[in-house]
Amino acid sequence: MWDYTDKVKEYFFNPRNAGLLEDANAVGEVGAIACGDALKLMLKVDPGTERIEDAKFQTFGCGSAIASSSALTELVKGKTLDEALKLTNADIAEFLGGLPPEKMHCSVMGYEALQAAVANFRGEEWKDDHEEGALICKCFGVDEHMLETAIRVNKLTTLEMVTFYTKAGGSCATCVEGIEGVLAKTNAQMVEEGLIAKDQAFVAGKGEAGNVKRKPQVKPAVELSDDFIQLEVFNDEMRAPPPKLTMVQKVKLVEEAIGEMRPTLKRDGGDCELIDIDGDRVLVKLTGACSNCQLSSLTVSGIQERLAAKTKLPLRVVPVAA
Amino acid sequence: MPAAQTSPAASPARPVYLDNNATTRVDPAVVEAMLPYFTEQFGNPSSMHAFGAKVGGAIKDARGRLQQLLGAQHDHEIVFTSGGTESNNSALLSALEALPDRNEIVTSAVEHPAILAVCEYLAKTRGVKVHVIGVDKAGRLDLEAYRKALSDKVAIVSLMWANNETGTINPIPELAEMAKEAGALFHTDAVQAVGKIPLDVKATAVDMLSLSGHKFHGPKGIGALYIKRGVRFKPLLKGGHQERGRRAGTENTPGIIGLGKASEIALARLATDAPRVSRLRDRLEKGLLQRIGNAFVTGDPTSRLPNTANVAFEFIEGEAILLLLNRAGIAASSGSACTSGSLEPSHVMRAMDIPYTAAHGAIRFSFSHENTDEDVDQVLAAMPGVIEKLRELSPFWSKQAASGTAAFNPTYA
Repeated sequence: MWDYTDKVKEYFFNPRNAGLLEDANAVGEVGAIACGDALKLMLKVDPGTERIEDAKFQTFGCGSAIASSSALTELVKGKTLDEALKLTNADIAEFLGGLPPEKMHCSVMGYEALQAAVANFRGEEWKDDHEEGALICKCFGVDEHMLETAIRVNKLTTLEMVTFYTKAGGSCATCVEGIEGVLAKTNAQMVEEGLIAKDQAFVAGKGEAGNVKRKPQVKPAVELSDDFIQLEVFNDEMRAPPPKLTMVQKVKLVEEAIGEMRPTLKRDGGDCELIDIDGDRVLVKLTGACSNCQLSSLTVSGIQERLAAKTKLPLRVVPVAA
Repeated sequence: MPAAQTSPAASPARPVYLDNNATTRVDPAVVEAMLPYFTEQFGNPSSMHAFGAKVGGAIKDARGRLQQLLGAQHDHEIVFTSGGTESNNSALLSALEALPDRNEIVTSAVEHPAILAVCEYLAKTRGVKVHVIGVDKAGRLDLEAYRKALSDKVAIVSLMWANNETGTINPIPELAEMAKEAGALFHTDAVQAVGKIPLDVKATAVDMLSLSGHKFHGPKGIGALYIKRGVRFKPLLKGGHQERGRRAGTENTPGIIGLGKASEIALARLATDAPRVSRLRDRLEKGLLQRIGNAFVTGDPTSRLPNTANVAFEFIEGEAILLLLNRAGIAASSGSACTSGSLEPSHVMRAMDIPYTAAHGAIRFSFSHENTDEDVDQVLAAMPGVIEKLRELSPFWSKQAASGTAAFNPTYA
C-alpha cells in the first residue's frame, strides 16, 4: 500500500474546505484518465481586487487526490489570482510533505483545476494540451507520450539522449527497458516517415549492455530548438533574451542561489553542492537525504526553479553521481 | 499500508479480515506440521542417509494429500513449484515447446497477470499468436469467440477456473472438452478455486492445473502444477532430478509439508465450510445493497465462488473506500486503479465493461472459514458511513443527487 505522509492522511481523513461553494464565481472542472480522478474546484473571487476569498472542492478519487484538492484550497485562499497562478503542482506536493511518485499526478490535477478555474473567472476557455500515457519513469514522472514527443521533436536516437532531454531513466534506471521500447518504436515510425535515416534509428538490444549507470556525457547532436521539450515551464519573464553574463558571473550567481537553499536542504538532512556548469546545464551533487529521496525530482525541480528565478537564465539542473 | 493505520489501537473493534483471495492466514495446524522440517528433519530427501529418508516419505505423503484435494488419478501427476505464477509460466512455456507445430495460445481477458503477461511476452519475443477471449458484463466467457479461436494451430488453451476479483466460475470441464476436440492442451489457473470448491480433475479433460498454497491457509512460496499422466512436459527450471526431472531444485520441504497439511484440512472442511461461508457472503451482499443506494454486485451470481463478493459503489473511488474501511478495522480490496502501483484500472472490470465511475468504486470482500457473523455485522455498520462521507466529497454524486443524472462534465487531461 501507499506510503502516505501523516499530512496526506490528515487531509484525507479530515479534508478542509470540502463541499459545494454556493456563490462561487470561478469554477474549474478537470479529470485525469490515468487514475479515473476528477476534481471540481470552486472559488469566490472579489472582482475588484481579484483576491480569492473562499475556496471549496469536490473530488472523485483516491486518498491522495482528495488530500491534494484540499491542500490546494488551503494554498489559494487569500491569494490574488495572479499569486495563485504561480503555484505549481510541486507546491501542493510540498504542502503535503510529499507524495509517492505514482501519485504526483494527483497534485497535477489540482494545478490544472486552478488554471481552469481562473480561466473560467476571466471568461477564457481553458484547454489542457497535456495527454497522459503510461508512466514509464516513476522517479521523474515521465510518461510514454512525453517521451514520444521528446524523441520526435528532438530526433533522439539513443537512450543517453532521451535521459538528457527528459530525465527519464536518470535515477534508479529500472525503467531503461521501457524507455528503450518507446525509443525503438518511435524511431521505427520516424524512419518510415523519412524523418531519420534507417541506420540512425535505435534498435533495442543493439546498444552496449550494462552502460545504463553512466551519466549522459555527450551533448545532443541536435541543437536545442524552440519546441525543445522541457519538463519545467518557465514564465514569460524567463523567455525574454537571457542577460549576457560572463562565466564567472554566472557561477557566482548560481553559487549564491544554491547557498540560499542549502539551509532548507540541510534541515531535511540533505545538501546540494555545485560541481560544474556546462552551457545551460548546472551539474549538482545531491547528498544525504536528498540523493535517494523519492522526491529528489522535486528537489531538483525546486532548485532549478529558484536558480532560474534568480539568474533569469534558462538553466537546467542535472544531478550527478557523488 | 500506511504504518500509522496498521496499529490495532486505531481500530475500534476486532480487525475484520475480508481479503482472503489475496492471501490467507496459515492454519496453526499447518505451522505445527511444518516446524520439525526446519529443525530435526532438515535432511535433503535426495540423500542416501537417514537424515533424508524420513523427509522423502513425508513429501510423498503431502503429495498424496494434494492429489486427494484435486481428485487426481495419480500422485505423480503433482509437481511442486514455488506457487501459482511459476506453475502458470511452466505450463504455457512447456506447451509451446512440446507442440512445435502449433504457435497459438487461447486465453481470456480476465486472466491473472501471471498468464496475461506471459502471453504478451511470448507474442512479443516468439511471435506467438494469442487469442484473448472476451467476457460479458457478468464476466462470463464468450463461448462463440472461444469456439472460433480453436484450431489445429492452438498449442494450449489457458482459462482460469475462478476469477480472483469477482469469483465468477468458468465451466472448465466443458471448455476443456472443446480444447481437446481441437487437439490443443488445456491448462487452468485454479489458484482461486482449489480448496474453495470441490474438484475432481481426473473426471475432466484438464491437462494442467496451477494452484498456490497460501490461498487456502497454506504457506506462501509453495504451489503445484498438476500435469495429467501422459501429457508431454518440458520443465521450466533445468537442473537436478527432483520432481521426476520436471522441476529442478532441492525440495522446499517445510512448504511441501505445509501444503499437504493445508490440503488435508481443506478437503475435510470443504463440505461444511462452503455453505457456511456462502451464507455469510450473501448476508453481507444483501445487507450492503439494502443500506446503500447506487451499488450493485459484479460477476455472475449464478456461478461463482462461495467466498467472494464484489460490490461496485457508484461515484466514489476504491482506494478512498479502503483507507476509510481500514481505519474502521476492516480489510478488503479494490479493482480501483489507485490501489495498485501500476495505476492501471482493473483489467477485469474493464473487460466486463463496467462504467468507470462504478469500476473505480468496486470493492472485493473475500471470506474464509475464519470469518463470522460478527465480521459481517461490523462491515454493515461501517460501510454506509464510509460511502456517505465519500459521496459528499464527490462532484459526480452531488450532480446526480440534484438532477437525477450525472451532469458533472470535467475536462479530461
